[in-house]
Amino acid sequence: MSANPTTQAGPPPGADAAAVRKAISSTPRPPRASALSAALTFGWRGMLKVKHVPEQLLDVTITPVMFVLMFTYLFGGEVAGSTGAYLDYILPGILVMSVLFTTVYSGVALNTDLTKGVVDRFRSLPIWRPAPLVGSLLGDSVRYLIAGTVIIVLGVILGYRPDAGVGGVLAALALVVVFAFGLSWVFTTIGLVMRSPNAVMNAGFMGIFPLTFLSNVFVDPDTLPAGLEAFVDVNPISILATASRGLMDGNAQAGDIAIVLAVAAALTAVFAPLTTRLYRKA
Amino acid sequence: MTTHSPLAIEATGLVKSFGETRAVDGVDLAVRSGSVYGVLGPNGAGKTTTIRMLATLIRPDAGAARVLGHDIVEEPDAVRGAVTLTGQLASVDEDLTGRENLILIGRLLGLKRPAAKDRAAELLEAFGLSEAAGRLVKTYSGGMRRRLDLAASIVVTPRLMFLDEPTTGLDPRSRNQVWDIIRALVAEGTTILLCTQYLEEADQLADGIAVIDQGKVIAEGTPGQLKASVGSGALHVRLLGPEQRPEAARVLERELGAVTLEPDPTALSASCSDADRAAEAIAQLTRSGVRIADFSLGQPSLDEVFLALTGHAAQEAPGDEQPNPIEEERAA
Repeated sequence: MSANPTTQAGPPPGADAAAVRKAISSTPRPPRASALSAALTFGWRGMLKVKHVPEQLLDVTITPVMFVLMFTYLFGGEVAGSTGAYLDYILPGILVMSVLFTTVYSGVALNTDLTKGVVDRFRSLPIWRPAPLVGSLLGDSVRYLIAGTVIIVLGVILGYRPDAGVGGVLAALALVVVFAFGLSWVFTTIGLVMRSPNAVMNAGFMGIFPLTFLSNVFVDPDTLPAGLEAFVDVNPISILATASRGLMDGNAQAGDIAIVLAVAAALTAVFAPLTTRLYRKA
Repeated sequence: MTTHSPLAIEATGLVKSFGETRAVDGVDLAVRSGSVYGVLGPNGAGKTTTIRMLATLIRPDAGAARVLGHDIVEEPDAVRGAVTLTGQLASVDEDLTGRENLILIGRLLGLKRPAAKDRAAELLEAFGLSEAAGRLVKTYSGGMRRRLDLAASIVVTPRLMFLDEPTTGLDPRSRNQVWDIIRALVAEGTTILLCTQYLEEADQLADGIAVIDQGKVIAEGTPGQLKASVGSGALHVRLLGPEQRPEAARVLERELGAVTLEPDPTALSASCSDADRAAEAIAQLTRSGVRIADFSLGQPSLDEVFLALTGHAAQEAPGDEQPNPIEEERAA
């Protein structure tokens, strides 16, 4: 990318009035874009951003990679007897964590759009109103997949061999992405009420960080004080981590999966309309 | 359905408050189809809020408006289908390239992918952006960004275009380019509502002007009428010392008519558009022994229009130093 944006050789080209007039007169109005097509177009926009601003993705993948390495080799032997055994326990959990951390960025991205002015253009277009939101989250889901894949590949490199094989891993990844889609509506809501992208980031991580650590992602809750253990057991992130471990190991409980899907559906049912409402009035 | 009204915009009594501030306080507008209508006022006067209501981005608290025959509250989708908005902050995505921005808008407006690509290429060429098409917009200069913004606004030709301060912050050359684009749009029959802080811009482009101050329309007319009410030009004189100002005012009043004493105690101005009469007035001042530091003859500035119309200088609304209407509204 050019570091010197405005300099060009010779007099910079301007608009050609005749060509502008021709361009203006030459368009019949196409039929209105369908809801699906509008949403997919916004998803494409999200993909382009991953391509142009890959740093965002790096932020959310490097932390989990560090966690995998540090926890496995620092604490693995102590917590689980051996680093290999701990990797089996922690890897599905870190998968959950890395994808859920990525959801915060959905809110950050929406807030960034709002503070820039591009939202004004989207909102003045004759499109299905929730399309920018649904589309962005669809695009974000691809980011979740990438974040998740990075962790799984790292795990395999370190010697993680899930019992349920590729199918189990894909099922776990799919479950985590579905849950992340539901959770990301919470962060888009936050993204619409906070005043700056940084504030969204802080608020988002202030919520997601303790929730992730107060789950069974890192340690088996059996050793925790009773009150804390009770909380950890009902924390949806614990249930998601348990379900993901189950899918990867081939012993998932249908009940856990059902709870995860129900929570994702409930989050979407509450926060998607809320986000849409706020977006309309933003 | 669309009624074939000769008016593209018909607004009566629009009101919008943010918290304690009445940003727009009963605005009436009547804009003929095919015309360029200028809304002139300082920062915080309510221009952007008015445009955002008419473009269906925010709902008015009171009042009503029809845009191209559609009620802005009852039929917002019909309004959106026929208008485009070029906001004060360039409404393009900085993290995409110029080409991607135009394809995005084309797809959202219902063009198939190949058609959207062709249209993007055609517009980039017409707006002199072909070379920069593959660069991220955040590397564009202000003028290029504004041209891309205008190109994005006509991916599908709108019947009505809202332009919010299209040249604020641009250098004179870029400003002239933007004016040329606007003239080309008008020549093709697009109705334009233009918000601006510059009398010159409204004078150059608009058929009719509303002057807006503190959320209210305080004057309306053609640029000619408006300038006539202010005096089409002004002779500004600055004296070496304040003690001679009463004498200078007497002379200028005799020579040119109405005199305005400016806040600077050594400065005064008189309406005057004729260079010969201005020269004669300066000669008379010198003859009466008034010592002049400098003088100039120019178009009335927005300040002078305001002074003439309201008796007070154009003031930014309190708490609106940073013209970021979106932040304003979200804070409310």
